[in-house]
Amino acid sequence: MNQLKRTVLYDVHVKYGAKLIDFGGWEMPVNFTKIIDEHHAVRKKAGLFDVSHMGKVNITGSEASAYLEKIFTNDISKLENGQAVYGFMCYENGGVVDDLLIYKKDISSYMLVINASNIDKDITWLKDQLKEFNVKLENITDECAEIAIQGPLAEAILQRYTKYDLSKIRFFRFKSEILINDELFLVSRTGYTGEDGFEIYGKPENIKKLWVNLLEKENELFPIGLGARDTLRFEASLPLYGHEISKDITPLEAGFGFFVNLNKSFIGKEALEKQKSEGLKRKLVGFELLDKGIPREGYEVTISGEKIGIVTTGYHSPTLGKSIGLALIDAEYASIGKEIEINIRNKPKKARVISKRFLNKKYKK
Amino acid sequence: MKILEELYYTKEHDWIKVDGNIAMIGITDKAQNLLGDIVYIELPEEDDEIAKGESYGVVESVKAATDLLAPISGEVIEINEEVVDEPEKVNEDAYENWFIKVSIEDKEQLNKLLSAKEYTEFCNKEE
Repeated sequence: MNQLKRTVLYDVHVKYGAKLIDFGGWEMPVNFTKIIDEHHAVRKKAGLFDVSHMGKVNITGSEASAYLEKIFTNDISKLENGQAVYGFMCYENGGVVDDLLIYKKDISSYMLVINASNIDKDITWLKDQLKEFNVKLENITDECAEIAIQGPLAEAILQRYTKYDLSKIRFFRFKSEILINDELFLVSRTGYTGEDGFEIYGKPENIKKLWVNLLEKENELFPIGLGARDTLRFEASLPLYGHEISKDITPLEAGFGFFVNLNKSFIGKEALEKQKSEGLKRKLVGFELLDKGIPREGYEVTISGEKIGIVTTGYHSPTLGKSIGLALIDAEYASIGKEIEINIRNKPKKARVISKRFLNKKYKK
Repeated sequence: MKILEELYYTKEHDWIKVDGNIAMIGITDKAQNLLGDIVYIELPEEDDEIAKGESYGVVESVKAATDLLAPISGEVIEINEEVVDEPEKVNEDAYENWFIKVSIEDKEQLNKLLSAKEYTEFCNKEE
């Protein structure tokens, strides 16, 4: 087995009693205390996440914008400096290479933030598309650590450590060089929890100092592991690569057409256009389990015993206190209120299609 | 890690309390700790037969579902509805919150179970 990679915060996590697991080749904390307590802490107060394992790639050069326009489903041309955008890289067939954030520093300088488990695959694919473009691609994952502070108290807490007025950073905007604790960081109002908050990028040693300092001083800020990160993003209906989207599930099927601009040219556009004009055969839906049990990824969805799809993520939602899930099912059954069955250990359990908007997101826009 | 002296144990981290022909079955403190937050428990019905080594129910944490394997064979005479309604109680006290009571089919099977001392040694070795 390959040696697991560790973030700069590894030693600190061990000291804080984290339970560590292999996540996409990284040895990461799955929980520090209890997943449910961590989940509620982020919804009610604030949580701190080590997301240094996320891949970071700089794209620079005179043709950086044109290159990104080609490999990205969302619109790059309308981005302002200091703005970030979410979208997908797709294969020719419309399947997803990865979902990512693109940060525009200026017209010839961008940062891509990609999934940890996809770094090698993404870089290879990104390089394959480089050929005709005058662009420099640089994997800065190891030099650039990242933490996220999320929750209703996130802004108030972080503000104590910087003179920069954080309220000036609007949703999906960022500021490149902010002094926090006398060190420079890039700070964006983004996240993966459905709560307000920030993602903070910086040199590994600076990120480590900030993390330790925040946790030592703040008693309403809690370290959060990947366990709660997943329940939080799930409740906010945010997709996770390999689950709601993948090389076999297009952004349209997953219901993320909002992040696909079919009025521009990009890899996979023709396939997605065709899929759209022919009508989607499968759709991602939310559902609520009416019988007792917990829906899990991979469980079959049926109607009268006939398979119509599969669960992509499911949990006993800590916030709502009931079992809910996301499932990719035949489009003809994807209407709200439809009664379906989730097969749990070979027993069909009653469920009902509901809106994917499981809870109201609390973004500050 | 809490281990009670008077109980039998298995390597799957079950505990068994024997009272005459009746065995009360639950999971150990170590098991609840390994599982994390328990959010759902599925148990058999009264009068169901359970067979040693086979699944008699499921315990689910936030992250995963884990089969409960019967430590002995027998007929289920009572289930603890309280842990079905409030599974988090098992995290609070794994020994107080039992799962099922079984009428023991074959007392010989008890000899294969671990004593508190053997279970402690097993857990220490596993760490």
